[in-house]
Amino acid sequence: MSESVRGVVVSHASLGAALVQAVESITGRTGVLVPVSNDGCSGATLAARIDEAVGTEPCLVFVDVAGGSCSRAAGSLIPQRPGLRVVTGVNLPMLLDFVMQAPDGVGAAAARAAEVGGAGIRVVGQ
Amino acid sequence: MSLALVRVDDRLIHGQVVVAWGTALAPDLIAVADDELAENDWERELYRAGVPEGVDVEFDSVEQAAHRVPDWVASRQRVILLLPDVASLVRLCNASNGIRAVNLGGVHGDGNRRQFLGYLFLSETELQQLEDLQARGIAVTAQDVPTGASVALEDLR
Repeated sequence: MSESVRGVVVSHASLGAALVQAVESITGRTGVLVPVSNDGCSGATLAARIDEAVGTEPCLVFVDVAGGSCSRAAGSLIPQRPGLRVVTGVNLPMLLDFVMQAPDGVGAAAARAAEVGGAGIRVVGQ
Repeated sequence: MSLALVRVDDRLIHGQVVVAWGTALAPDLIAVADDELAENDWERELYRAGVPEGVDVEFDSVEQAAHRVPDWVASRQRVILLLPDVASLVRLCNASNGIRAVNLGGVHGDGNRRQFLGYLFLSETELQQLEDLQARGIAVTAQDVPTGASVALEDLR
């Protein structure tokens, strides 16, 4: 489990909450990831929701779609928060790894999440 | 084809616009008329990341966009024009006669607005402004995605 980097999962609808629930169910570790939904809010409101979830510690924000509203709202916080990184294309493998490992700092956590998330995508049956 | 869609949406370039409307209308250009965004390099880059390959994107102030409307109307390009709020739309329509129809696609609550649809909150002032635009011959409808219901402004009240 990451002891030094906070994790926030930002998504359309209830995808983020479902992913966090799945991680907690698989790992038995709760409270490591915080879900945020873009449901019913403007970009500015979403950014405020993410900002609140991020807190003041170094934080890795996982978002669903690169270039989407969640990605953009999270990215808008970066100039004011040097300890924040955003990883797009969130999936279960990267979240499981994040929760079970203790990456050394937010930059390493972001790089590892991108690597593990990408490696988790495979074609089966060819 | 010119202005294929003029849309008020406080999320501007996002999934519904790129995926749903983008597929339905196949735009050549997505233009954003937003005074704050036009002055913010970092935010523009974030928005630019959401635009598919093959689609141009342009960021203007509302005043600049008003000057661009005649070009877009006359253009062979298919243009989606996005505005962040009703106030920007009113300014655009006051400065340009080229707008014939407006899509209300996403205006969310700010504490002073009443909810009319799942994605549409308007203050009484905004509703009156939209009714004034419609009285000037600009058709105003609400529709979040192409497969969703198109709701006429007069049916919102």
